[in-house]
Amino acid sequence: MKKEPRLMQGNEACVEGAIAAGMRFYAGYPITPSTEIAELSAEKLPYVGGRFIQMEDEIAGMAATIGAALTGVKCMTATSGPGFSLKQENIGYAAIAEIPCVIVDVQRGGPSTGQPTCPSQGDVMQAKWGTHGDHPVIALTPSSVKETFDLTVRCFNLAEKYRMPVILLLDEVIGHMREKVQLPEASEIEIIDRKRPACSSEEYLPFKPEEDLVPPMADFGTGYRYHVTGLVHDETGFPSNSTKVADKLIRRLVDKIEMHKDDIIQWEEENTEDAEIIILSYGCVARAARTAMKALREKGVKVGLFRPITIWPFPEERVLELAGKVKSIIVAEMNLGQLVLEVERLCNNITKIDRVNKVSGEIIYPEEIAAKVEEVL
Amino acid sequence: MPSTLVEKYFRTEKLPQIWCPGCGHGIITRSIASAIDQSGLDKDKVCIVSGIGCSSRAPGYMDFNTLHTTHGRALAFATGIKLANPEIKVIVITGDGDATAIGGNHLIHACRRNIGITTIVYNNNIYGMTGGQYSPTTPKGDKGTTAPFGNIDKSFDICSLASAAGATYTARATAYHANLLTTLVKNALANDGFSLVEAVSACPTYYGRKNKKGNAVEMMEWQKNNAVNVAAASKMTQEQLEGKFLIGEFKNKPEPEYTSEYQKIIDKLAKGR
Repeated sequence: MKKEPRLMQGNEACVEGAIAAGMRFYAGYPITPSTEIAELSAEKLPYVGGRFIQMEDEIAGMAATIGAALTGVKCMTATSGPGFSLKQENIGYAAIAEIPCVIVDVQRGGPSTGQPTCPSQGDVMQAKWGTHGDHPVIALTPSSVKETFDLTVRCFNLAEKYRMPVILLLDEVIGHMREKVQLPEASEIEIIDRKRPACSSEEYLPFKPEEDLVPPMADFGTGYRYHVTGLVHDETGFPSNSTKVADKLIRRLVDKIEMHKDDIIQWEEENTEDAEIIILSYGCVARAARTAMKALREKGVKVGLFRPITIWPFPEERVLELAGKVKSIIVAEMNLGQLVLEVERLCNNITKIDRVNKVSGEIIYPEEIAAKVEEVL
Repeated sequence: MPSTLVEKYFRTEKLPQIWCPGCGHGIITRSIASAIDQSGLDKDKVCIVSGIGCSSRAPGYMDFNTLHTTHGRALAFATGIKLANPEIKVIVITGDGDATAIGGNHLIHACRRNIGITTIVYNNNIYGMTGGQYSPTTPKGDKGTTAPFGNIDKSFDICSLASAAGATYTARATAYHANLLTTLVKNALANDGFSLVEAVSACPTYYGRKNKKGNAVEMMEWQKNNAVNVAAASKMTQEQLEGKFLIGEFKNKPEPEYTSEYQKIIDKLAKGR
């Protein structure tokens, strides 16, 4: 029997997706506009034998998430800007220690306490560079409630597959907006579980990668007694002062994602075949961009939409291809220009790059994007 | 030739450890291994978690599931482990700075929840790893590299702090009183809820040298001469107790443990279906 369509909020779809993906542990701290994710996790997890804990602060929420992941369960935490800043310390830990977990950031206006109830896309660069040191990053960003469900599942799958923290970047609009959603049946959802060691505990090297550069991960408490540290470590997991070991480790962590870019990167494009101008936008702004595109198309303007679903790693190759065919790429985003820096880095000498930005806490309207297209034409 | 205790519970290939000559941390670590041995715990089901600092290097030498985390956060990581898999016996090894300064918030809330974690605080009254800065347990007036004219902060009594915050077992011993320490850690491990044992260590390299406390042996003698057992202290006058500190059990009042309480919710919901 098919599930009935339901009216639900983005934050609710996130929790539904997480549980469908196998989340059985959530640790977090209340913060607007992500709080519903904590509330619904608290309500739903014990029904499926999972566990929820409200920690004393955001840092502890991230730490407990990592601790739980080491016992073999799928874990998530959610937050917004100020909390995302606090979580960066242990996001770095999860990156170096290769801990699968999902971090949801429902973006709000910043910096600091900023605009707690207003949407923003100000954390795009923080998602990439928020914690210190070079490290791999995967960040996905949905632009509808249904897609929030799907991408939450995908975040868990990527975290498990590549043994690393994965970020779901929502914004206040997508988190709080309600839409009619038809959730898939459990049998329709692809679920990926982390690789576990096939060898004996005596032979197990916890940080020895296989061909895909991902080391199998043993659960704490199952007889594979090993050491995990945030220090640079060799394949045994123990700290090392060797410059060679450090270089090898950090490069492998980054290469782990480089190697699998094609598997990780997703985007959506509309009307790009004949487009003279492409609007590049993501999250809630992509909805306004689509409306603008439709209105302009009715007037005969050859405009297309490119929407990165995976923000990090950025869909470089496809954006470069498109850049060679158009007069301009207009990057519309709710910040003073973050993802546009990536587009400029790639395409500066290939096409003209224009911007539509807003940081007032108000969403970007289709008319504002359409006006920019007409100005550029 | 290492003792059987060392062979059984330590990663002997990782020894010798990094601590300075005369440091009390090795004795304390041995007491913990001894307490684990006497408690008959299964190594595969024990997880030792630490933060950052001299003491937090201990788990790397110990043959269990071991997790060396970020500064101050050991208890928060440990909370995740314990709640996700209550069958694991979780032990936290931390220092005075790690537990009561940067990790102070995590400490009081772990106490308040009465979650089943046994915490051993190696208290050497100084930040040793970074070279001798004053910590929340550096006595008032004592010197550190960041208190060149004497520390004007009041110091924490870690056991009183933990007792007041809700820990159901608190106790203190010293590196000198190693057998007592083993007994107290064993009692702490027997408590289902949150336990804290403060292990007074000695840092002759930084705290001792900065404050003219003498060499390692003299610092151990100071522990011997100034520690008073709680039972004996009850019969002593204020004057007799001047300049002394208490060792022994301060609190042993078991209460329902956090993960057991959570399990009750899961079981209740499962029945209601």
